[in-house]
Amino acid sequence: MIAVVLNLMFALQQQPTIPEGFVPVTGAPVTEQIPAAPLVIGAYAFFLLLMVFYLWTIWRRIGKVESEMQALERRQGEKR
Amino acid sequence: MKKIFVPLAIVTGAMFVAAPIMIGMADYESTMLLVQKIFYFHFATWMAMTLAIAVCGVASLVYLFKASKVAEWYATSAAELVVVFSLFGLFSGSLWGRKAWGVWWQWDARVTMATMLCLIFLGYLIVRKYGGPGSEKLAAAMGIFGAATSPFVYKSVDWWRTIHPQTTVMRTLGDKWPGAWRLVIFCTFAFLFLTVLLLFARVHLEALRSKLDDMYLAAED
Repeated sequence: MIAVVLNLMFALQQQPTIPEGFVPVTGAPVTEQIPAAPLVIGAYAFFLLLMVFYLWTIWRRIGKVESEMQALERRQGEKR
Repeated sequence: MKKIFVPLAIVTGAMFVAAPIMIGMADYESTMLLVQKIFYFHFATWMAMTLAIAVCGVASLVYLFKASKVAEWYATSAAELVVVFSLFGLFSGSLWGRKAWGVWWQWDARVTMATMLCLIFLGYLIVRKYGGPGSEKLAAAMGIFGAATSPFVYKSVDWWRTIHPQTTVMRTLGDKWPGAWRLVIFCTFAFLFLTVLLLFARVHLEALRSKLDDMYLAAED
């Protein structure tokens, strides 16, 4: 029984490896690799844009509230 | 607040000018090479988010128990910062993952939980904006819940082993690569100072809004 199993395993090992479907290769061609520079630049550029946009929204909201306060004060002054 | 705002803004501005130059000059990591340089701002933004979460959590607690208007201003302002920093953290992580993992997005434990955390604080802001009268208390509860969730996000990489690096990366960085460690600390402080500055600006907006509400009430009387 052991001999049969060993023979079977040996036979399986001896079989030529015929590729079925996709076969992976180590070390993709240079043209197929993902370039890192756009990703790094993209990350830092996104941060800069996000901060500029967020600061602009704060500045705009403060300006809106201040102009509303001034308008209210003007209306109060006119009533008096 | 006004006294330290300008000096802190100058220091922070100088740090943000210096940081990209220092990152550009830093050594490459042996396996990830250039893309690893995203790490310096990626880590720092999560630290900034953690500070904002802590402020939101504590201010929410103070608001719930003491009904302090100022605490409510801080909680709302900090919740907005949590969303802003987590957006950048998720975006920069996605760009890094594209190169390091080969995918833009991965339903990894850390990434998924960080997204959930961002959504909790986005929910906080939606409740505050559209919740109507009394929404402050509901939002404060959400702020506390969000703050209580953050340690689970931090430990998720240790508890559920998926693709994201573990917390040991940062703990061993000082011994393995002191130059990168110093640069991470520098960037982290730049982000923490930025968080404080943005928080001051945002709280100023909340204070103005509150003043405007008081003016309307006085006008009605």
